[in-house]
Amino acid sequence: MTVKEFADRFGLKPLSLPEPDREVQGGYCGDLLSWVMGRAGADAVWITIMSNVNTVAVASLSDVSCVVLAEGVTLEDGLIRTAEEKGVNVLTSDKPAFTLASEFGGAV
Amino acid sequence: MSEFLNFHYDVDGENFVSAGQASVELKKVLRRLGFPPETIRRLSIAMYEGEINMVIHAGGGAADVDIYEDKIVIRLIDHGPGIADIDLAMQEGYSTATDSVRSLGFGAGMGLPNMKRYTDEMRIDSTVGEGTTITMTVFITK
Repeated sequence: MTVKEFADRFGLKPLSLPEPDREVQGGYCGDLLSWVMGRAGADAVWITIMSNVNTVAVASLSDVSCVVLAEGVTLEDGLIRTAEEKGVNVLTSDKPAFTLASEFGGAV
Repeated sequence: MSEFLNFHYDVDGENFVSAGQASVELKKVLRRLGFPPETIRRLSIAMYEGEINMVIHAGGGAADVDIYEDKIVIRLIDHGPGIADIDLAMQEGYSTATDSVRSLGFGAGMGLPNMKRYTDEMRIDSTVGEGTTITMTVFITK
């Protein structure tokens, strides 16, 4: 499933979608960045409430397919531009991380 | 093969927010040179963790990257406080980072373990009061 299809299917709001056709494969949930870099696989969906410039950098360097910000967390405008420039897809949802992970489970 | 490409990056110790510039630049270079995506991912993460460590603990430093046909060698050099107990520092979960660093999502005690995880060889040379040099090598498999 592509990131665009993934966002549509689960009602996730795109904040930055420079690479909508990337495939989503697996997932990881966490807010400590080194854990994410150590555990999330390439093309994973990464669910987090951590929203700062380092989040965008880690998403880019770890090569995840998209970040899903839970609990209605968003990116400030400057960071949305950074994410777009770095090719990082960022989606947001009002739902908690646990609910999102349980919904995504099995689909990716 | 004796010929190689060398890239030098200065890591700014003052600005935590801009940490990662060298890793992003390295990623671009490796992409341009056509290395496999997983190799790029491993090197990018190892470099980023090293960069973050230099910003958190050492007030910045420098990174030299040598790109050979069959391997890539990253040398991270700082003149920070040094690492007193390397075995302890290598343990997952051990960290001396401050609360303000932790609030940014770092300081989980996974930086050095991740650098080891994603590289084929890693060597730490450190002297307390003088600084630390970390040499990481990733071999290119064809």
